[in-house]
Amino acid sequence: MKSLSDPPAAFSVSCPVSASRYDRIVLGHGSGGRLSADLVADVFLPAFTNPTLVALEDQATVHFAPTDRIAVTTDSFVVQPIFFPGGDIGRLAVHGTVNDLAVGGAKPLSLTAAFILEEGFEIEKLRRIVASMKAACEEAGVQIVAGDTKVVERGKGDSVFITTTGIGLLPHGSALSIASARAGDRVLVSGSMGDHGLAILSVREGLSFETALESDCAPLTGLVHLMMRGSSGIRCMRDPTRGGLSSALNEIAQASGVGIEISEEAVPVRTEVRGACELLGLDPFYAACEGRLVAVVAETDAGRVLDAMRAHPLGRAARDIGSVVTSHPRVVTVRTGVGGVRTLAMLAGEALPRIC
Amino acid sequence: MKFLDEYRDAESARRLIETIRQASSRRWVLMEVCGGQTHSIVKYGLDELLSDAVELVHGPGCPVCVTPLEIIDRALAIASRPDAILCTFGDMARVPGSRTDLLALRAQGADVRVVYSPLDAVEVAARHPDRRVVFFAIGFETTAPANAMSVDLARRRRLRNFSVLVSHVRVPPAIDAIVEAPDNRVQAFLGPGHVCTVLGTGEYSELAKRHGIPIAVTGFEPIDLLAGILAAVRQLEEGRAEMQNCYGRVVLDAGNQSAQNLVTSVFEVCDRKWRGIGSIPNSGYRLRDHLREHDAEVVFDVGAIDTAESAECISGLILRGLKKPHDCPAFGTRCTPTTPLGATMVSSEGACAAYYAYGRPPRAPGLRSLPLAGMPKAAESAPGRPS
Repeated sequence: MKSLSDPPAAFSVSCPVSASRYDRIVLGHGSGGRLSADLVADVFLPAFTNPTLVALEDQATVHFAPTDRIAVTTDSFVVQPIFFPGGDIGRLAVHGTVNDLAVGGAKPLSLTAAFILEEGFEIEKLRRIVASMKAACEEAGVQIVAGDTKVVERGKGDSVFITTTGIGLLPHGSALSIASARAGDRVLVSGSMGDHGLAILSVREGLSFETALESDCAPLTGLVHLMMRGSSGIRCMRDPTRGGLSSALNEIAQASGVGIEISEEAVPVRTEVRGACELLGLDPFYAACEGRLVAVVAETDAGRVLDAMRAHPLGRAARDIGSVVTSHPRVVTVRTGVGGVRTLAMLAGEALPRIC
Repeated sequence: MKFLDEYRDAESARRLIETIRQASSRRWVLMEVCGGQTHSIVKYGLDELLSDAVELVHGPGCPVCVTPLEIIDRALAIASRPDAILCTFGDMARVPGSRTDLLALRAQGADVRVVYSPLDAVEVAARHPDRRVVFFAIGFETTAPANAMSVDLARRRRLRNFSVLVSHVRVPPAIDAIVEAPDNRVQAFLGPGHVCTVLGTGEYSELAKRHGIPIAVTGFEPIDLLAGILAAVRQLEEGRAEMQNCYGRVVLDAGNQSAQNLVTSVFEVCDRKWRGIGSIPNSGYRLRDHLREHDAEVVFDVGAIDTAESAECISGLILRGLKKPHDCPAFGTRCTPTTPLGATMVSSEGACAAYYAYGRPPRAPGLRSLPLAGMPKAAESAPGRPS
């Protein structure tokens, strides 16, 4: 990993030659030569500037407070459309990685960002994405300390792909693990399910509703901090991204060897998300969120954690949706509104619309 | 949400379930015709809640399931042509043919597009005059009007590069076939609400009269289904056999006349093979002769199709209500939604797929009341692109 492309020896951050001669990405922007350096200097550095990054070493040196453990995660972002209601690919790339650290109980510290740009991509759009990443970093209290850009020929990419890697500090003694759910624990969610997935799909399918369907894309660091401060009884947390609530709960049930039983009516789902799901033939329990979390909490602490969640803007709609049980290990069940019980299995294959 | 919440109301459901139990003097065998009804029944656990009063058997009404393998292989052969764009409904895309499926073919470079409406496929044809655009026109009478409209529109816009691969099926001949089979167990039907929205209830009144069997036309929400079940049970208890419209907020007895006119102008009735069941006389639609230039089977000469069905699959017996998914030794093990052996597992609305998705037996030893399914492996999780 190099610090934002491969600058030639003569490269200077204050290089007066601007990338603005081009309003679209050309292959030369990924050459490692002058144009690459211009792009870095003109687009990335002004937005992400910090002492570690502007040193432009081949690697970033990050200083930690004394700790015995760090958390590391990485994620790639390929969403289409790249701008959507409630966010964009840049905001998603920051918060997606920040949230993976946060739900493990880690304090996110630094990110790296690698961009794969398609030849012909408008630099103005890249600037908007980068500005959005800058704002997202400030919101989450993290810095981008290293990066990379590559350009692929037209048709070989899809506008822009971003990969972010994040490191975070784990406080002494914290031991959240999806393998630690126990019978009797309560299952909490921080807010409505499926907003992000359906916001994206609605744009793709050209659906419109009386109220706008917006992505829930947001950093969970503040919410997690409040929850952890108030309780030592949190067993684990998951952000229900791809695969939605179903995958998050199934992964916990599998890893812990326990059953999970939730109440269909207790799970918050926005009316417009339900409406979009009905129209598109999809199930909100399988739709992605990008600013929500699922927590398994010791029964004795569940009330306190729920109160802490509701005290944070991202947790106002937090709900207790069910419990961990011994009766059906590794299986998640849903008690339906009419009193029946069904299994909530993991999604098999891609979520595809049904014919009728 | 209006028009949904009241039909999923827990208190009304409990009352209806109790009324059905009281009305039922024996365990009647009812078949829900439509795949969407099967999906709802299993999703809400209605069959288990009612198991002492009625036995619900699952009918042939999943159009994806009953689409013959031969037609799927034909679609795959067409999609493999470099000048073709194949447009399809989403759940048809992952149905495996003898050797591959449309999504796998797309990964290899074929141009396969999932559309929500056949009219979207017409737009694709208008945008790509140099390509041959095919819409995979499957479904019951429900999808027939929109599919007919796509052909009508393409003809009027002179889009000669648009064609449809037709595998349309009709419900009434399938009901005839089920009732007339010597081993039939079905005593009453829940009629297909959306099909009747298009074609009306007339054919179902005749079916009820002809076979002396109650048919309660109903919808897809729990309260609709329970109301339909109650109506059927009351008829059976009272010895009546009529068509009863329990979905009056949507179904008019005359149906939708302009949709019917459109269907008649584009399609004509033909014999049709149903996957798992076999050929049923007059059970399908095909394009009328003057529209042959929009018939993908004419436009694309893909040669002889050599299909290979699993010998183990019992979907034919399931589609006729003679077996349940868990009667099959392959269910949940050798046969899953990602590795389906046959018709009833291939689409989410098939009975086997619904049982699998919502966790019906095989049950783990020692567990009697809870529905369980084999957990899909992690590798089966969604490869979608929401992030």
